[in-house]
Amino acid sequence: MSPAELSQLLHRHHGDPNRLLQMLREVQAAAGWVSPEVITELAKGLTLPRARVEGVATFYTLLATRPRGEYQVLFADNIIERFHGSVALRERLCAALGVAPGALRPDGRVSVGTTSCIGLSDQPASLLVNGLAIARLTVERVDAIAALIGQRAPLDQWPAELFHVDEPIRRAGLLLGAHLEPGAAVRAALARSSEALLEELKRSKLRGRGGAGFSTHDKWRAARDAPGPTRFVVCNADEGEPGTFKDRTLLRRQLDAVLDGMTVAAHAIGAQRGFIYLRGEYLFIAPAIEAALAARRAAHLLGRDVLGRTGFDFDLELHLGAGAYVCGEESALLESLEGRRGIPRRRPPYPVTHGYLQRPTVVNNVETFASVAHVALAGGARFAELGTERSTGTRVHSVSGDCARPGLYELPMGASVRELLDACGAEAPIQAVQVGGPSRTLLSPRELDRALCFEDLPSAGAFMVFGPQRDLLEVVASFARFFAHESCGFCTPCRVGTTQLQGAVDALVGGRGTRRDVRHALRLCALMRDASHCGLGTTAGRPFMQLYEKFKPTIERSLSSLEFRPTFDLDEALAPARALTGRDDERAHLEDP
Amino acid sequence: MKGTFTLDGSEVPFHEGQTVLEAARDAGRYIPHLCAHPEFEPHGSCRVCTVKAEGRMAAACTLPAREGLAVESATDELRELRRGLVQLLFVEGNHFCPSCEKSGDCQLQAVGYALEVRSLHFPQLFPDRPLDASHPDVLLDFNRCILCELCVRASAEVDHKSVFALGGRGIDKHLIVNAESGRLADTSLSVTDTAVGVCPVGVILKKGRGFTVPLGQRTYDRAPIDAPPEKAGKP
Ligand SMILES: Cc1cc2nc3c(=O)[nH]c(=O)nc-3n(C[C@H](O)[C@H](O)[C@H](O)COP(=O)(O)O)c2cc1C
Ligand code: SF4
Ligand code: SF4
Repeated sequence: MSPAELSQLLHRHHGDPNRLLQMLREVQAAAGWVSPEVITELAKGLTLPRARVEGVATFYTLLATRPRGEYQVLFADNIIERFHGSVALRERLCAALGVAPGALRPDGRVSVGTTSCIGLSDQPASLLVNGLAIARLTVERVDAIAALIGQRAPLDQWPAELFHVDEPIRRAGLLLGAHLEPGAAVRAALARSSEALLEELKRSKLRGRGGAGFSTHDKWRAARDAPGPTRFVVCNADEGEPGTFKDRTLLRRQLDAVLDGMTVAAHAIGAQRGFIYLRGEYLFIAPAIEAALAARRAAHLLGRDVLGRTGFDFDLELHLGAGAYVCGEESALLESLEGRRGIPRRRPPYPVTHGYLQRPTVVNNVETFASVAHVALAGGARFAELGTERSTGTRVHSVSGDCARPGLYELPMGASVRELLDACGAEAPIQAVQVGGPSRTLLSPRELDRALCFEDLPSAGAFMVFGPQRDLLEVVASFARFFAHESCGFCTPCRVGTTQLQGAVDALVGGRGTRRDVRHALRLCALMRDASHCGLGTTAGRPFMQLYEKFKPTIERSLSSLEFRPTFDLDEALAPARALTGRDDERAHLEDP
Repeated sequence: MKGTFTLDGSEVPFHEGQTVLEAARDAGRYIPHLCAHPEFEPHGSCRVCTVKAEGRMAAACTLPAREGLAVESATDELRELRRGLVQLLFVEGNHFCPSCEKSGDCQLQAVGYALEVRSLHFPQLFPDRPLDASHPDVLLDFNRCILCELCVRASAEVDHKSVFALGGRGIDKHLIVNAESGRLADTSLSVTDTAVGVCPVGVILKKGRGFTVPLGQRTYDRAPIDAPPEKAGKP
């Protein structure tokens, strides 16, 4: 980048250090990487220590601090994509282009690497090329991509069809089936006082859809009651949990409901500004969001005196992430919004009192805001009629894996796992279902009557189906790799533990594992659960722990394939007896390995 | 406001705004820790000070003291957990204590002894971390860095230089210096900076003064880190 371009960039962003990540993204897009010289110049322009800018540039997966080529291809390395042949497709592309996996081709043209799930596991396999998503990869499509890169065709001249992303809505309900006029929910909200609006929200019993299920009313009231003149509303559209893509659909099909919900929140808590934090992998959705924001400004749904209400000033900005799952954690998200490394903050204090720029801030999930629009429109009591006693409303499930119809299913809260399996045409017999992504619950076939709601199976909406042909150890290894790749590195247990766990599980997958590896893995899982600083580390051991608890034979099979089996295994000698009696519970085993 | 909480059953007084670790320290009670330092804001990254309060695990350095809070620290469960954390720190870097200038003055080593860490338990990662010997007065041996950020905080908050920062993510996280060349010599670091003396392990070393205090007579050779305050080694 030339000095003139850089100074324009700084100017466009008002030399605001909070916008550092946005600037780095633009540098990446324009130059293909963030060079040491650019880091030095940006630091000067923003009067930041250079090392701070370097620290940010090296934190995010989608920023390259070494040349990665004119064409940077990153295959999504989620387990669903792997089961759809992503490894072979990647090898094919590498072979066609004559580039080693992960390396830069010597002529500097192209590199082909991997990244975590990019939110397209309903249409696998998928990849990003210079940040733009391409789904439904086949041999033909991969060959077409290789040819385009071979011809050095600029990305904007590639066939538009390549970049088409489907939204397979299989079952629509309150949210996905709605046809809302932009601003309808804001009008309804403005007809009430902010106090009355909060009461409606309380009546709705709405709980956050981002995973933890915190009461939206309680969060908003705390932010409204927090001292200080400025408040912020933030929409968490980071959607990084592998196997989750429902926020993608909501943003593309129900964007006005989401933006209405955010504006309703502004009215309720007295906020003046808001942000949509969109994961970098969803770059393809950004133009539509920018267009909607412009349209809403023109329609007085944003800006000064929203809908003519004197004193109700509210505007929204779109911020893009740059490849970091941890930035979905709300305080890491705020750090990232402020242009820093996405490290989860110390708590207390919480974002409701000390959020963006240490001001009161509500952070809510995309689906939460969409639900809020319906609460504002139809009232809290109507909303609470749907779902269960403590989980009201509906839930949009992102279904992927071994089923006939992957895609989006909106069901009332409390629907059973079996119901969703039937709806998506899951192939019987089921071996396992992962509900809520790697950080939540691995279900065995004995648990299919459990309920999809906060009382039983809290979830951020991911639902991955695994048929009998799948190796669950491979699934767990993929999840271990995910957490190791995404750990922010702040705290010891997660930084070192996720890498150690990946090593132990990989050894098991490779048939090199011993009982010692299993013991190590279990100890690591407990250590991370008990000592980690944020939810990423505390949940990173769950997949292995649950595999151990519910699918012990899967682990044991991998051990017994060893030629040098460590000792005679009394417990394994009982396996035929267990098979005969159809038992595999705790008491049918002799000892811990 | 003042109050008391209990630490392993005996009372500890605290005043408004103190964390459990701060109050315990003032009361002469030792809770193992590495990234906490009385001169700096709590950090909460090493997690070695993890305690159990009302059934929940929490880092004592960031846990606000509260009236009547029942805190467990010296239990077998927590010692085992801390041992695991110290082992993870050891296998993450390259620590060859017998040849380290900081041996005997090193807090990682001292906490390891206090927790009776007798093996590494986990496979070693053996990272490749070249030294930086470019600066005339200060040597950086990154092999021993435990990423506690004390130097980062000291250089920013006390020296107002921001010589150090962190780069990378996850297991690739590493200490970086404030220069395009990546060399300490090209930063504004001076040997008299607070940041130079704050490292709890043997990363930031003053050049030209090897082993002036013989092994065996060093801080934690005289008294272990968990000894009562009147005796304990002070770094
Ligand atoms: C590692 C981690 C990743 C997270 N990722 C997301 C995410 O992508 N989207 C989201 O809405 N919440 C995510 N959360 C939860 C947020 O911290 C926060 O609870 C949520 O955004 C609050 O919104 P809600 O109340 O509407 O659920 C994540 C949490 C953790 C610990
Ligand atoms: S648990 Fe992991 S992601 Fe969370 S702060 Fe610690 S290192 Fe970072
Ligand atoms: S160099 Fe020393 S003070 Fe700085 S982060 Fe590493 S261990 Fe901590």
